[in-house]
Amino acid sequence: MSERTPFRWHIAVFLAPAVVIYTLVMIIPLFATLDLSLYSATETGTKFVGLENFRTLFGDAHWAEQFWNAFWNNVWFFLINMAVQNPVGIALAALLSLPRLRFAALYRSAIFVPTILSFVIVGFVWKLILSPIWGIAPSMLAAIGLRHLFEPWLGQETTALTTVALISVWQFIGIPMMLIYAALLSIPEEVIEAAEVDGITGMAQFWKIKLPLILPSIGIISILTFVGNFNAFDLIYVAQGALAGPDFSTDILGTFMYRTFFGFQLQLGDPNMGATIASVMFFIILIGVCLYLFGIQRRLRRYQF
Amino acid sequence: MSISARTSMPRTVAVHTALILYTLIALFPVFVILINSMKSRKAIFREPLALPGPDTFDLVGFQTVLTQGNFPLYFGNSMIVTVVSLALVLVFGAMAAFALSEYRFRGNFLMGLYLAIGIMIPIRLGTVAILKLMAAAHLTNTLTSLILVYTAQGLPLAIFILSEFMRTVSDDLKNAGRIDGLSEYWIFFTLVLPLVRPAMATVAVFTMIPIWNDLWFPLILAPSESTKTVTLGAQTFIGQYVTNWNAVLASLSLAILPVLVLYMIFSRQLIRGITSGAVK
Repeated sequence: MSERTPFRWHIAVFLAPAVVIYTLVMIIPLFATLDLSLYSATETGTKFVGLENFRTLFGDAHWAEQFWNAFWNNVWFFLINMAVQNPVGIALAALLSLPRLRFAALYRSAIFVPTILSFVIVGFVWKLILSPIWGIAPSMLAAIGLRHLFEPWLGQETTALTTVALISVWQFIGIPMMLIYAALLSIPEEVIEAAEVDGITGMAQFWKIKLPLILPSIGIISILTFVGNFNAFDLIYVAQGALAGPDFSTDILGTFMYRTFFGFQLQLGDPNMGATIASVMFFIILIGVCLYLFGIQRRLRRYQF
Repeated sequence: MSISARTSMPRTVAVHTALILYTLIALFPVFVILINSMKSRKAIFREPLALPGPDTFDLVGFQTVLTQGNFPLYFGNSMIVTVVSLALVLVFGAMAAFALSEYRFRGNFLMGLYLAIGIMIPIRLGTVAILKLMAAAHLTNTLTSLILVYTAQGLPLAIFILSEFMRTVSDDLKNAGRIDGLSEYWIFFTLVLPLVRPAMATVAVFTMIPIWNDLWFPLILAPSESTKTVTLGAQTFIGQYVTNWNAVLASLSLAILPVLVLYMIFSRQLIRGITSGAVK
C-alpha cells in the first residue's frame, strides 16, 4: 500500500443504522430521563430545581412512605425469586442433564412453556385458578384433604406479594433452567470421569465438582433476575392493577413509577417525579450490575477452564 | 465403568417422578384455561377440571370475543410490530456486528462497550423521555413508535451474539471475495450473512418473545383502539368482560395459541441456540 488508508466509509455505513436508532431511542432518552428528574413543573413551565425532587421522594413523609414500601416490596420480590426460582431451576437442569435420560427434550420444552407466555396470560390464568369464586385451587386442595388451607392468597395483604412473586417464579423458571443446563453440558467429560475414578458420584459429584464449575452461570442468572425484578411491572399490573392492591401491598418500583408518571384516580400524573423514580431505579440497577461485574464476576473467573 | 452402571432403577424412577411433577405444574394452568374455554358457563363452574364433553361443549366465549373484540385487528398490529422490528434488529444488528468483528478501527472496543450498555440497563427506565420524544415527533399512537422502541431494545443483545458468531467465519473466504474484487457490502450480504443464519435464527427467537409479549410500551405509547397489540387488547378486553368467564377464558386461549404454535415450530432452534453457547 503506497498511500495512507483512506477513510473506510463502509464501516460507518455498517454501524450507522444500529448506532443511530440505539442512541436516539435508548441512550438519549435514558439520560434525558435522568435530566428530567432535576426539573419541576410550575405554572409558567418547568424550572431547574437540582436534587429537590430526590429530596421530596426521600424526605417528604407521604412520598418516602410510598417509596420505601415499593422498595422493600421489590427487595422481597427479588429475594423470593432468588430463593425459589434459581435453586429449583438449577435442580431441574441437574436432573435434565443426567446422562441417558429419556424424554429429556420433552421435559425441557414443557417446562419452558410458561416463559414464552405473555404477562397478561400468566396474570389472569393464576388469578382465575386462585380465585375463591371459581374454586380450582380450593377443590384441588380438598382432593388431598387440605381444603382448610385455602385462602384468597392474592387478595390478602399478608400473602399477596409472596403469591405474585411465586407466580413470577413459575413464569421464568425456564431461563435459569436452560442457562444452567447449557453450562452443565459444557463441563468436559474428562473432569467427570476423573471424579468417578476418585469415587465421587451422584449427589457428591454434583456438590463438589459440577456446582463449583457452573458458578459463573449462577452469577449470570442472579444478575439477570436482579435486573428483571427491579424493572418488573407487567405481572403486578395485570394481576393486581395499577394500584398494586390490596392496599399497595404488592406495589414495587415499576408500578410506583407508572402511577406517579401517569397519575391514577385523583392524583395527577407528574412526569418529573416519574423521572425521579426512574432515575433511582436506574442507579439501583447500575449499582447491582457494577457489584456483579467488579465484585462477583471477577472472583468467579478462576473457576472457568 | 459403563454409564449404565451409574444409573439404578429406583433413581431413574425418582428422577422421572420429579420431572413429571414439575412438568405438570408448568403445563397445568395452560391446560385448565384451554379446556374450560370450550365449555358452557355452568360446566366451567361445576367441573372445572373435566374435559369438554358432548353436553358441556360450548364455544359461546369465542363467539363473544370474535364479535365484541377487535382481535383480528390487534393480531395484525402485533404481527406488523413484531415482524418489522425483528427484521430491523436482524439486518441492522448483523451490519453493526460485522463492522465490529471484521474491521480494526480506532474506537472499536469502546463502540462495542457502548452498544452493550443496553443489555444490562432496561430501556423502560427511559420511558418518560421516550414518550416526550415520540410526542414531539407526532408518533404517539402509531405502530412506528413501537417499532422504533423495540428495534432499539433488541439491538444490543443481537449485536453481542452476532459479533461472537461472525468472528468464527473464515477469513479465507472473505479474502477470496476481496481478491475477486467484491465490495465490502457484497461480501457481507452474500458471503457472511448466509453463514451466520443459525445465529440469526437464535437471535430472532430471543428478540421476538419479549416484543410480542410486551405490555408496557403499547400501554404508554400506543393505547388507541386502532394500534392496540394483542397483549394490550387482551388486557383491556378482559378488564371489560371480567365477569363473563366464557369470554375471558376464550380470549386467553386465543392469546395463548399463536405463541404456543410458534414455540412448537421454533423450540428446537431456541434450545439449540441457548445450549450452543451463544449466551454463555
